Amino acid sequence: MVDEREALIPKVGVVTDIRIDTPDVKTFRVVTPDGKKAFEHRPGQCAMLSIPGVGEAMFSITSSPTNTEFMEFSIKKCGCVTEWLHSMEVGQQITIRGPYGRPFPVDTEFAGHDLLFIAGGIGLAPLRSVINYCRHYRDRYGKIDIVYGSRSKQDLVDYDEIISEWKNDDGINVHLTIDREQPEWDGHVGFVPNYVKELGFTNDKIAVLCGPPVMIKFTLSGLQELGFDKTQVYTTMELRMKCGIGKCGRCNIGSKYVCKDGPVFRFDEIDELPDEY
Amino acid sequence: MRKISLDRLDALFAAISKAYTLYIPTDTKAGAKFEKWHGEERLSDALNTVRSPKDFFFPQTENLMDFKVEGKNIEVIDTRSECGDFAVFGVRACDVKSFDILDRVFLSDPVDSYYKNRREHGVIISLACTKPAETCFCHTFGIDAASPEGDVVCHKTEDALYMEARSEKGEKLMSAVSDITEDADSAAVDAQKKLIEDRLAKLPLAELSADAFGDGKTSEFFNAPEWSELSEACLGCGTCTFVCPTCQCYDIKDFNTGHGVKRFRCWDSCMYSDFTKMSAGQPRLTQLERFRQRFMHKLVYYPTNNDGLFSCVGCGRCVAKCPIHMNIVKVMKKLGGSKNG
Repeated sequence: MVDEREALIPKVGVVTDIRIDTPDVKTFRVVTPDGKKAFEHRPGQCAMLSIPGVGEAMFSITSSPTNTEFMEFSIKKCGCVTEWLHSMEVGQQITIRGPYGRPFPVDTEFAGHDLLFIAGGIGLAPLRSVINYCRHYRDRYGKIDIVYGSRSKQDLVDYDEIISEWKNDDGINVHLTIDREQPEWDGHVGFVPNYVKELGFTNDKIAVLCGPPVMIKFTLSGLQELGFDKTQVYTTMELRMKCGIGKCGRCNIGSKYVCKDGPVFRFDEIDELPDEY
Repeated sequence: MRKISLDRLDALFAAISKAYTLYIPTDTKAGAKFEKWHGEERLSDALNTVRSPKDFFFPQTENLMDFKVEGKNIEVIDTRSECGDFAVFGVRACDVKSFDILDRVFLSDPVDSYYKNRREHGVIISLACTKPAETCFCHTFGIDAASPEGDVVCHKTEDALYMEARSEKGEKLMSAVSDITEDADSAAVDAQKKLIEDRLAKLPLAELSADAFGDGKTSEFFNAPEWSELSEACLGCGTCTFVCPTCQCYDIKDFNTGHGVKRFRCWDSCMYSDFTKMSAGQPRLTQLERFRQRFMHKLVYYPTNNDGLFSCVGCGRCVAKCPIHMNIVKVMKKLGGSKNG
């Protein structure tokens, strides 16, 4: 036996809770077989989950590091591994390894600033970790605005937590929007980029974007119209990954590896990368 | 420096085999290939093996771990075992340098324990190239075919093999063959080096330069219009990546044996369309983008991350093997400016 630690060898995790968030998103709670957290992480970091025989895939850790009991993953059903994960029942074991990647600079660049989180659809998953981290250390940050949009009310991930917890926090403003009118919705209707412009945020904040590429593109230009500089705006990138440790080559873009140099990037850093993401 | 008469090579291989599993390049129907020496195998005269010796440290496929799956339960089985000592004889200067390039990937934090295990137990016995080929361009990357690196460095003359240890591992191996080798001065080796230098200077690719490439050249080359013409005929077969001693991209796959699951890794290629394909999209839609990735990585991205070191050693395998005769030399000539003709 080689006694050296090997990053590619995962631990066993147990799914202890499955929450149905939307028609195609479920949130899985994962602990080790002895009921502990598999490992500690920082907001924005990811983990490799796998079902032996099916495959392994990278997911952002949606729970905050301040949660001392378990980790959560909000996962959209869209491929082989995610389809299998969606078919699981409570008690199913999976494998887990990580944490991977560069986290959000929550204790450095974010500290002391007003924060603006903008998410679309499943893009809330990585932001939920950092939002709940900032809520936990509330006095370290200024005013917090959260803009979150989805196709419909049913497609808003973590809707209960948003309504029952985030909306009630002092100094946190939650702005929800859905793409099209629907009967049981009396909130804002419209696409996220337009809503951000309508809300007219002042450019003295740090903004964090996560969502589909088209939302990111138009929201970024909207923020720039509002006077934001690219050095004030962060996002998380997604490319195919296999190893998670910058060796297998799949997530290589320019001289960076998204799995270890990202997934969190500032937009001025993204400008330096070749345009193929 | 020690030497042994060429007609006693079998005695040398036998002595090395006592302490190490020995591999030598030998001629097969499929060309020169590193094979385990059992006593019968003859040393090939070929300049280079068809496949590079990267297999010794980064095999084409390898088992990473096993899983036992019972109902909802999973057991992870660590299948790693300590590698035995082995020696690879006859590694050319270019291929020796490729190990340094692979080291910077696999031994950087977090260390790949599979690779490290083999690397620590492998002894490299290099062999200077007396007859470099027309496809050779190792000198472009500062590699000297007349003076390879390695744990033990060898020069083969008309009648003798000259051997010199260059590392602790090399000294240990040389002490195992001290009884059958004799002291030698460097006159014959110096004369051979001079001869090789003369031959290298006359090679068709002697003037090929990589100076135009390297750290920070992404914006200069990424959108170059030449990529379209260069990549036009690329079949995306991946042959270049498989014969390349420095290509190290890999895939991880699971295989259900019926008695459990084996997770293994295998070589992969950025030339393949599914390399970057995700359920959410495909960032490299055409062969142009995949082709460009391979060469940008070797000539710009890798050097950016590794103190200017290029991820090509000029072994010429891709030049010889590409079915459409496209290769890094043509890419460098097309993009690298007038100096490369």
